Amino acid sequence: MTVRIGITVFPGSNCDRDAMHAVGVLGRMGAEAVELWHADADLKGVDAVVVPGGFSYGDYLRPGAIARFANVMGEVERFAADGGPVVGICNGFQVLTEAHLLPGALLQNTSLRFVSKRVRCRVERTDTPWTAACGVGEELVLPVAHNEGNYFADAATLARLEDEGRVVLRYVDNPNGSVNDIAGVCSEGRNVVGIMPHPERVSDDDLGSAEGLKILASVLVGAAV
Amino acid sequence: MKVRVLVRPKPGILDPQGEAVKGALPALGFTGVETVHVGRLIELEVERDDEIDAMCRRLLANPTTEEYEWEVVG
Repeated sequence: MTVRIGITVFPGSNCDRDAMHAVGVLGRMGAEAVELWHADADLKGVDAVVVPGGFSYGDYLRPGAIARFANVMGEVERFAADGGPVVGICNGFQVLTEAHLLPGALLQNTSLRFVSKRVRCRVERTDTPWTAACGVGEELVLPVAHNEGNYFADAATLARLEDEGRVVLRYVDNPNGSVNDIAGVCSEGRNVVGIMPHPERVSDDDLGSAEGLKILASVLVGAAV
Repeated sequence: MKVRVLVRPKPGILDPQGEAVKGALPALGFTGVETVHVGRLIELEVERDDEIDAMCRRLLANPTTEEYEWEVVG
């Protein structure tokens, strides 16, 4: 069975090729990468969607603010509402919060610096389509590369996220000031996940690590059930 | 008409740029600065102003973290 994983491409996306490569590595497990152009309102029948990192529309105004209104996002919103698995990575996470598919917002890093390094992250939940192949409490070393990765949600939203077990990934050593060390959250329906670290950049031993494949391979676990 | 929109972090929201500027002012000898907030100024030329508020809510500001005000300036 082939699982078609769509990867959106906005002007300024720069991790779309990495995501295509990572899905390609998963080809032996039945994954197939499908490019989804921002101007097209067509998801080409994909089974899952990756909104990749980069600087969509140059991050003008706020990261993700303009990408949110791209044609393809209307389809992504419908797909998500129907329970389809969607993951936003870095700028993709910012796009999903701007689109209100995920709560909260990503503020500037407290250090005021762009952070680019590998960080240890703890998987908190495995009941999402993007962490099903991981173990609860498992630590993954994943790269982060962002200027606005400081997750913020108001006190009521934060309490709700924690109560409902919607914090999916937490930093062991918080690199950006995120509230409650949050590195990733999921939607109420758990099918939409946003994470700041870049699993697609550690998807191949030739890149120094293939630890990130667990995140992307998770969607294949869900699809097989 | 010309409209000026001012977007700034909501009170209580961490404002790293404001904090950095606040830290820099005393270094230049400007004392007594209690708070600094850095916002964003957006100027629009529009035919009418009945949709400015919707523009602010939908795109120009992020209501989760920012507040906005606007005025017709010319």
